[in-house]
Amino acid sequence: MSKQINVALIGNPNTGKTSVFNQLTGLNQKVGNYPGITVEKKEGVCKLPRGVKAHVLDLPGTYSLNTTSLDESVAVELLLNKNDKDHPDVALVITDVENLKRNLLLFTQIKDLLIPTILVINMADRMSRKGISIDIPLLEEKLQSKVALVSTRKRTGIDRLKELIAEYKNLSKKPNIDISVIAPDYFEKIKNTFPKEESYKLWLVITQDVNFMPVEKKLIQDASAFSTKSKSELKRLQQKETILRYQFINDILKQAYKVDINAAKGFRANLDKILTHKIFGYLIFLLILLTIFQAIYEWSVYPMDMIDTFFASATEWVKDTLPAGAFTDLIAEGILSGIGGIVIFIPQIAFLFLFISLLEESGYMSRVVFLMDRVMRPFGLSGKSIVPLISGTACAIPAVMATRTIENWKERLITILVTPFTTCSARLPVYLIIIALVIPEGTFLGLSYKALTLMLLYLIGFGAAIVSAVILNKILKIKSRSFFVVEMPSYKLPLLKNVVYTVLEKTKSFVFGAGKIILAISIILWFLGSNGFSDDFKNAEEIITQRVTENGFSANSETYIENKLLEYTQGINTTDSPSANNPSGTAIQDSLSLKTTELRGRALNQEIASYKLEHSYMGYMGKGIEPIVRPLGYDWKIGIAVLTSFAAREVFVGTLATIYSVGNDEEETIKYRMAAEVNPITKKPLFNLASGISLLLFYAFAMQCVSTLAVVKRETNSWKWPLGQLVFMSLFAYIVALIAYQLLK
Amino acid sequence: MEITVAHLKRGQRGIIKEFSNNFIPIKLLELGCLPGNEVELVQVAPLNDPIYINVNGSHIAIRREIALKIALELIDESPVV
Repeated sequence: MSKQINVALIGNPNTGKTSVFNQLTGLNQKVGNYPGITVEKKEGVCKLPRGVKAHVLDLPGTYSLNTTSLDESVAVELLLNKNDKDHPDVALVITDVENLKRNLLLFTQIKDLLIPTILVINMADRMSRKGISIDIPLLEEKLQSKVALVSTRKRTGIDRLKELIAEYKNLSKKPNIDISVIAPDYFEKIKNTFPKEESYKLWLVITQDVNFMPVEKKLIQDASAFSTKSKSELKRLQQKETILRYQFINDILKQAYKVDINAAKGFRANLDKILTHKIFGYLIFLLILLTIFQAIYEWSVYPMDMIDTFFASATEWVKDTLPAGAFTDLIAEGILSGIGGIVIFIPQIAFLFLFISLLEESGYMSRVVFLMDRVMRPFGLSGKSIVPLISGTACAIPAVMATRTIENWKERLITILVTPFTTCSARLPVYLIIIALVIPEGTFLGLSYKALTLMLLYLIGFGAAIVSAVILNKILKIKSRSFFVVEMPSYKLPLLKNVVYTVLEKTKSFVFGAGKIILAISIILWFLGSNGFSDDFKNAEEIITQRVTENGFSANSETYIENKLLEYTQGINTTDSPSANNPSGTAIQDSLSLKTTELRGRALNQEIASYKLEHSYMGYMGKGIEPIVRPLGYDWKIGIAVLTSFAAREVFVGTLATIYSVGNDEEETIKYRMAAEVNPITKKPLFNLASGISLLLFYAFAMQCVSTLAVVKRETNSWKWPLGQLVFMSLFAYIVALIAYQLLK
Repeated sequence: MEITVAHLKRGQRGIIKEFSNNFIPIKLLELGCLPGNEVELVQVAPLNDPIYINVNGSHIAIRREIALKIALELIDESPVV
């Protein structure tokens, strides 16, 4: 058996590093276009010629080994630590053919760590269009390395790259540059103290921030004796080093790299002119946002209706096919309605991720950062906060992690704290179902009221984020310097494969991640709802049957029977044409009385079921919290749903589905079930405009997501911030919902 | 008055002079913003800040406060758009 080769991919952001990774390992992952998208550790296995296998690690994107952020330090740490099990036998430096000069800076640094290195020049398909020609043999000679010209878009050059990796033992280990020339005496001293270490490695250790280097702590403590030079002196030396490296690179590229300038410009400049225009820039951004909301609301109606119908009939099928009993009930009412409640939102979530991934892939997201920076600054935010705030519309968890690209700690902290206000996809199910229930039909300027309400909710979330940012900016007394540097990548047509994969991956993880919680909660709720300890629960059937025999049906059931009967008679009248085979009056009479009996039976079952629910465990729990939620216009059932959704917002719909499924024996879908609910006090529909708006606002502001709290804790390294978020946001949500309901009712 | 990157007009170019590196993030240096290299102002954001430059082939956006720290020698023949 042959040994596995450790391969590390390293490169600047926006060089298509992740695409190369996908091509090598066959494991497709997300390719982003704004800095720092590759934050997690990505690894895979690659089969090389002659049965050799390689373990491939995709390191976070970095411009150099002089780390300025936590993400970059991951890469440096691995390259420095020879004892790490992932320490590369060979490093692939991925570069973009258009930015070769800048990309080579990192390459020379890695070469100087004496790691065997292959230079991978990606996006080779753009060469002819951009008028670029490269003398590969000369480049290989000067860099003392091997060069692989690949195009992940056209899938060329990968086989040669694999060949080169397999032959890694033949690679030169010579450094590119002797950096000791920038301060000969200083390096001499260091070298004498640590004769075994390479001077560049020592230099890196000295200049890194101590916090970034836990593995190398010991070495740092020893070496720090030599950081006698002041910080600005070290910085000056770093500048000298950078200049030295660029001199080396420029000398090589002068001979090996030719660009026909006339071919290079045009498309990008023209597009930039429009997309970052004073007026059109914002207009286009707004239009894109509008399109996204219209798509989420209008285009996804059709697949959603299909899913809805499917689950309704599946539930029916299970009930008809399986023998009646607790197990069948569990499947039909607990599990199926729980799953149905989440699956129905797949189309909308998929649309959202589709658009976000298109914006990132195309390079447009960086232009938005550029457009918005000045706009965001008065609020204590940075243009880079836009990326978390927009990806927050998908999910707050990756959004909070995306704040790592913000160099200024205060701007970053504020962004982390306000991001959970943006409307994440978990709120979407809640919004959609309530909007469908309470917002009337109709259009305004070609947009439906419902789509507009949704858009408004997104704006409210965004507004809440901005306002809290202003307040936080005033309150927080943190001094930190702002170093705003954003790379503007060239525009790229998004790769269909990457987009499709992102959508599939994100939707899948949303459905399964949320699905697990929802399923578990659905089953627990079903159990709590269909069991009880009191005599009232156990004797529900007798109590209700007796009550109905003595006092007749409740007003609700009477209306229900009347309506259904009316529907039925109308059905008969329209299907029967006058010339038809003389439907005798008695036949109609018979079928009508038959129907009435059937309906009365159903109404009785419903009354029993709802009486049972009221006296079940869940009923008692719900009644317990009802006083708290009643001022907001909710009954105890909604109260239960709100409570359970503190684990995750989307649980709300699943919970209601389970509750109403238990409480109602009809095959109607969740939406109709909810529409039929009546407020016991006002006798009006429970989900009316006032309670609906109150619920929408509650969900817009409340911090109901355990996972976000966990990630905020991790990113801020303190419980102070997530707990503050939880208390402040939830309290605020309660107050706003209270005011809304009291004003509208 | 000293000419800096912040004084460039759209399409105008200049050569970076020596600068006080204390105010310049190392990242900017690594992207090629070094003495001797050519800078072109590509775009200015709608509210006049940040600015979008092409330095050494790198397209980057920086804020005016940093741009003010990078002194320039103007290249005369560059067109003013």
